Amino acid sequence: MMDIVGTLRRTWANAVAHIDFPLLLITAAIMAVGLGTVYSATYDSTHRMMSQAGNMGIALVVMWVVARIPPQKLMSFAIPLYIVGVVLLIAVFLFGIKVNGARRWLSIGITRIQPSEIMKIAMPLMLAWYFHKYEATLKLRHYGVAALLLLLPFGLVAKQPDLGTALLIGGAGFYVIFFAGLPWKIIIGLLASAAAAAPILWNMLHDYQQKRILTLIDPTTDPLGSGYHIIQSTIAIGSGGAFGKGFLNGTQTHLEFIPEKHTDFIFAVYSEEWGLLGNATLVALYTLLIGRGLMIASAAPTTFSRLLAGAITLGFFTYAFINMGMVSGILPVVGVPLPFMSYGGTALITLFLGIGILMSIQTHRMLVKK
Amino acid sequence: MGDFNNPEADLDRFRFRLGFAAVFVIVCFGILIGRFVWLQVIQHDFYQTRAEDNRIALIPIVPNRGIITDRNGIVLAHNYSAFTLEITPAQAGNLEETINTLAEIIDIQPKDRKRFKRLLDEAKNFESIPIRTRLSDAEVAKFSAHRYRFPGVEVKARLFRQYPLGTVASHAIGYIGRITERDLKWIEDSEKQANYKGTDHIGKTGLEQHYEFELHGETGYEQVEIDAGGRALRSLKRIPPVSGNNLQLTLDIKLQEITEKAFGDRKGALVAIDPSTGGVLALVSTPTYDPNLFVDGITPENWKELNDHPDKPMINRTINGAYPPGSTFKPFMALAALEMGKRTPQQAISDPGYFTFGNHTFRDDKKGGHGVVDMYKSIVHSCDTYYYVLANDLGIDSIAKFMGSLGLGQRTGIDLGKDDSGESKGVLPSPEWKKQRFKRPEQQKWYAGETISIGIGQGYNAYTPIQLAQATATLANNGVMFRPHLVQNIVDTKSGEKRPVEPKPLRDLGWKQKNLDVIHRAMIGVNKEGTGTRAFAGAPYSVGGKTGTAQVFSLKGAQYKESAVKKHLRDHALFIAYAPVENPKIALAVLVENGGFGAQSAAPIARMVLDYYLLGKLPAGAAQEDSEAIEEEHEE
Repeated sequence: MMDIVGTLRRTWANAVAHIDFPLLLITAAIMAVGLGTVYSATYDSTHRMMSQAGNMGIALVVMWVVARIPPQKLMSFAIPLYIVGVVLLIAVFLFGIKVNGARRWLSIGITRIQPSEIMKIAMPLMLAWYFHKYEATLKLRHYGVAALLLLLPFGLVAKQPDLGTALLIGGAGFYVIFFAGLPWKIIIGLLASAAAAAPILWNMLHDYQQKRILTLIDPTTDPLGSGYHIIQSTIAIGSGGAFGKGFLNGTQTHLEFIPEKHTDFIFAVYSEEWGLLGNATLVALYTLLIGRGLMIASAAPTTFSRLLAGAITLGFFTYAFINMGMVSGILPVVGVPLPFMSYGGTALITLFLGIGILMSIQTHRMLVKK
Repeated sequence: MGDFNNPEADLDRFRFRLGFAAVFVIVCFGILIGRFVWLQVIQHDFYQTRAEDNRIALIPIVPNRGIITDRNGIVLAHNYSAFTLEITPAQAGNLEETINTLAEIIDIQPKDRKRFKRLLDEAKNFESIPIRTRLSDAEVAKFSAHRYRFPGVEVKARLFRQYPLGTVASHAIGYIGRITERDLKWIEDSEKQANYKGTDHIGKTGLEQHYEFELHGETGYEQVEIDAGGRALRSLKRIPPVSGNNLQLTLDIKLQEITEKAFGDRKGALVAIDPSTGGVLALVSTPTYDPNLFVDGITPENWKELNDHPDKPMINRTINGAYPPGSTFKPFMALAALEMGKRTPQQAISDPGYFTFGNHTFRDDKKGGHGVVDMYKSIVHSCDTYYYVLANDLGIDSIAKFMGSLGLGQRTGIDLGKDDSGESKGVLPSPEWKKQRFKRPEQQKWYAGETISIGIGQGYNAYTPIQLAQATATLANNGVMFRPHLVQNIVDTKSGEKRPVEPKPLRDLGWKQKNLDVIHRAMIGVNKEGTGTRAFAGAPYSVGGKTGTAQVFSLKGAQYKESAVKKHLRDHALFIAYAPVENPKIALAVLVENGGFGAQSAAPIARMVLDYYLLGKLPAGAAQEDSEAIEEEHEE
């Protein structure tokens, strides 16, 4: 009898050995909120909610598997994954499927894949590996090479065009370079020249991207066109008030005023029904998530794991900030989902790949020290 | 040493930058919270008002579904507008009470209440739900007079799908029904969600399902001012919908109707094809059902009756019934022998009335045998022994290869249902098939003795009527094979342009003309001096044919169980035919379940179809008054 209990206990201990419970609890809390909001947003059929719950199950399995892979092993995936990602992005550029004017998908017989999704993980992985390799002899030119490694996929994704994903990939890569110690002088110099180049960049943007930024400054110029999204979502948030209209009672949501309400604009649905209190809670949860991630990065034993953990964590921040910023009308509308909340299986799996990597870095730390 | 960086300093710098990042995150989130406070506390009243009189709503306008006509323009599926009485639950207050009061002035049956309840469970909050459909003018007038008493209740004009010919060709046309979760998934997978806003019906089977995205059309929108209750106040802008595309079929509906009548209350199937295009002229599966029952949501009683009926009217036998082809298989066997050089037409056997293989005796239908039999006679008199020997000489692999090239045992890909998966494959027997079909090793082995009965279209052979018709059409067309299809033109409503469904030859089997001539001559002989003589007496055109009789299996047919063949069940009757032989306009396969000999019950139906299609009249003695009735129905 004791034996069975002992075996069970050991099996359990082994199964959860690489789970970081604070991280798991925080993401579970955000996902619970997300599932409830998907339910409200797609109230006329529970099919989305069920399918999202299924996605979460799969994503958790992915996380569990990745968490068990030691960081040294993860490092060996860096180059192949990056190369595969870039090759697929080039393939998209050449033979991708066009949906709504953007070439983002690649057909592989039975299904379609979005290779830019792979890059969200492959990018920081590659750069973390690169800086790890040259950590002892780091020179300024290494930052230059890293910037090239970053710009190639960034450019390919931005060209699709998918500005939202390009920003996420670019952000993840930049964080690695930043944490690797890019001198402040260069950072400030870059910011200054970016400001100077803004008019040129402006002309390179697609019409619809320009329009989005213009309507951000004054949404009322195009109330039925591209301003519609922002006007309706800010009304949803504002009318939610301090305590919200209550679960399933959002009129903006249920009268169909909010576009893409279970995906990119899910925050408007949540905010309308739960108010400022709900928003503060959600922002607090994201802050906890990021705090935990930064703690893991700070305690990580190698350059590779440090840079990777830091970049992934700030990646979560980018997602959350850009999404909530665009829905509440302080950032332009770019297609970025709200992490762990928005409906969609692919994005969820990518996020949990990140969580899995953080857990792996955290739980293999002791082993490295020994 | 100067070239190397200091790890301690690196770590410090890294931690400092982490700290910097943390501060950055908190500042950004702080800005967000500031924005929320601005929107939700300081500006709350403003946005509260905005939400309350949020004015612009997009109300979808559902397009008219495309019309389906036969090859001559006779309407098979169309829409009609009718008034419905609808309740918007959010505005109506107590529903039970409202309906009870309504019932005092408008006739509301228990079934109407039941349907309303069901739709209510499925519906969105602010949608109006029909309590009564198809109001009469008198009822509309009556309600209008009392309208003020019923907030949230209104009369609306809606379009309904109708199949004017009822049960005729229902297996080909299919039907539409209310969108279910499974249909939603289909719509999402096809990325059509936006276009299906406001649509509540979708093709469920047949052509209605296969051409769903052609028939549906483009949804229009109306921008209206609405109040917080969702009530429309004023229209601001209207983008009209674009009607769905119309389908013009290859089907000849008069031919179809006559054929269905010819079956009477017998179960069976008939597929007639234009051999030079693959266009299907008639696609009959009896018994049929009335697709109109499904449009409003079929009642549980009707559904139960259709589903539990022993004759299985819901099954489309032409693509889902797999039957042994019986002796209709013989011309194809003979052609295989000629093409492979295993027989010459003159080569003859002496038929004692049986063929012994190992210790098993395979009997011919005719006791004592047919005497000296060459290829011509083997087809004309349907000699079994000739084909027992031939099957043994050809071997199962060669037979399977040849029959497979004719499309037997494979889905034809006819344009019915959502995709090919709705069609049955049937069984093309081969050692590979047996290996896949059975689990136990001793069952997986192919025995040479099993090849023998394959030769006369029995054994594991099981094909759908559409496959048999396609094979017959291919033979009639001298080996050039087409995919059977039901739609001739898709008529684009936007441009008015006709998009023909191009008949594309699947493949040319490259048969030798002199071999084909032998088979054609023998199949003409069948109807002149053989088993089809009686049915085709006096036919003024040249016609090739072959009778067949198949032992009875279960309808699904894939499984052959000798013990399950009940003696008291009559055999299935089959007939394949094409005419005129020199320039074939029509090829067909008929099957009458439990019809006995093919010559008796299947061949006369084939005669009727050929006469009507080629001569425009029915054979002397056939029910003349029926055809006149049909003429009157369609001619205006």
